This record gives sequence, C-alpha cells and structure tokens, in this order.
Amino acid sequence: MMRFLLPLVAFVILVIFLGVGLTLNPRQVPSPLVDKPAPAFRLQQLYDTSKTLSSEENLGKVWMLNVWASWCVACRDEHPILVELSKLGIVPIYGLNYKDQRDTAMQWLKQFGNPYEMSIVDADGKVGIDYGVYGVPETYVIDKQGIIRYKHIGPVTVESLKNKILPLIQELKG
Amino acid sequence: MMKRLIHTQISSLKHYLMVLILSFMSLQGYAATEAVPVAEDLELEKRLVDLAENLRCLVCQNESLAASRADFANDMRREIREQMRMNKSDEEIVEFLVARYGDFILFNPPFKSTTWLLWFGPFTLFLGGGAALIFYLRRRRIQINEKDSPLTESQRLRAESLIKEINKD
Repeated sequence: MMRFLLPLVAFVILVIFLGVGLTLNPRQVPSPLVDKPAPAFRLQQLYDTSKTLSSEENLGKVWMLNVWASWCVACRDEHPILVELSKLGIVPIYGLNYKDQRDTAMQWLKQFGNPYEMSIVDADGKVGIDYGVYGVPETYVIDKQGIIRYKHIGPVTVESLKNKILPLIQELKG
Repeated sequence: MMKRLIHTQISSLKHYLMVLILSFMSLQGYAATEAVPVAEDLELEKRLVDLAENLRCLVCQNESLAASRADFANDMRREIREQMRMNKSDEEIVEFLVARYGDFILFNPPFKSTTWLLWFGPFTLFLGGGAALIFYLRRRRIQINEKDSPLTESQRLRAESLIKEINKD
C-alpha cells in the first residue's frame, strides 16, 4: 500500500506546484519602487509644449500616473476604463506619453477620449527607466507625500480598480 | 483577345513591380531605423556586453540585455552606455538598475533572506534525498538479516539428511 501511496502523494504535490505555476503571470514582477518616493521629473506637456510639469507640483494630492502610448495596443483595452474613471472625478490621472510621436499621440486621444488631467511627454523613455517601466501600459498610485503606493503592470481592469486601486485611493485620501 | 491578355499581363507585371519597389522601399526604411549606432568605443562596448550578459531583459524574460533585440533592451543598453561614459563603475550601474527594476533584472540572484530558499533549496532536497536513501537501505538490510534467521531443528535435520543423500551418490 505504502509503496503506491508515496509516489502518488509526490506526484500530486508536483501537479499542484505546476498547476499554481501555470496561473502565475511572469510579467507581474514586484516593483522595488513601491513604498518609495516617486522619482522626480520635469517634463514637457503634450498639448502646451511651452509648459512643463514637475513631480513636485503634485505633492499634497493623491494622483495616478498612467504610462501610455499610441503604439501600445493594450492601452486601447484599458482606455475606456480610464475615461470612465476620470468622469467619476475621484482621482486625477496624469498620462506619461511614453516614447511616442506628438501628433499621433494627440490624434489618439482625440479618437479614444482624453481621461488625463494632463499628459506629459517622455520622448526618449528616460523617465520611464526611472519608474521601472518595461511594459506599457503601467499605472502608479502616488500619495500626498509623493510616495508610490501601488504599481499596476498591464491594462487596468474593472476588477483591479474595484478590488485594489479605488479602495487604496480612498484610504490615501482619508 | 490576345491583346487583352497581354494587357492584363502587363498590368499584373506593373502590379508586381510596384510591390517589389514598395518592399524595397520598406526594407530601406527598416534598415534606416535599425541602424544602431556603430560602436565608437570598442572597449566600452565590450564592457557593456560583459555586463549586459548578466542582466535580464524584462520584456523577453529568458534573454539577456546583451542578446535581446527588444526595444526595452535597446534603451537599457543606451542607458548603461551613457552611465559608463560618465565613468560609473559596473557595481553602480547594477545598483541603479536594481533600484528601478528589482532583483529580477539580475540573472545571478543575490544572497539574502528572501532568496535563501533559492540558494539552499536544491542542497536541502539533495541532502534529504540522500538521508532517505540511507534510511531505506539500512531498514532493508535489517529486514534481510531478520529473514536470515537460523533454521528450526526439524529443518536442520532435513537439510542434513539431504546433504548426506547427495554425498552417498
């Protein structure tokens, strides 16, 4: 009896491990930036190129930084959700237009709607490197003290908003 | 009829020619965007490759930053190149990358409390397996010894008589 039971138990354990492994998303790499100060930047605005935005100007408010690009296909998936979120007026969303062309970026926002309080331009991806961006879209929640409290890799979904992002924002605002 | 055939052939020929020209044009365009700046400083480039070989491309996760053709890897190589030009040491550059992308960017994981399982796991499994093997072999030997118990009196007499019988022949 024992002689069959032992390999069977070992096999079941192996199957459980492999099964869990299949459900993991290798793209969800934990960011070392969570709970650290958001890297400082001063970037040109997308619409008014004569103006800039620096990260310090957002101190004192809870805000979201959404990394997007017109060439990014997955950004189209999450875009309607961001547009809806912006209508609720709960949290200002700032867009980091990552390695994009200015005219196609503006065309894209015209076509799909503009959920952003402001979009800023990271043409060569330098600020993206500071923020550890490797897969667009990525979304950061930054608190009043300028600390990154959450990073979402890939398109924001309704579930992630409901379960994680919105409760966190309420908590940070409170 | 013939004329028409020739005409369609010419128009299809035109079509092919167009495709050919367009594909050449696109090829040229491709070449233009792909022309990575040729290494101006061979020594620096070698140092870059040596370092980047041990760093993971986070987009195509089983490739190194040195080998990957992903846009991300390109940016990373550019960043590392710039930092090397600013006379930063390899350690400083790795620190810079780990601070932004985490330990995951290293192919060679650092030795710390969160990676103990990774470092000790295989050895623990090996030692555990070895201990189980020794335990099993010992128990088996004891079992065999127990089976080797001396014959009972009747068995012994029967064996003796058999041996005698064989010796008689």
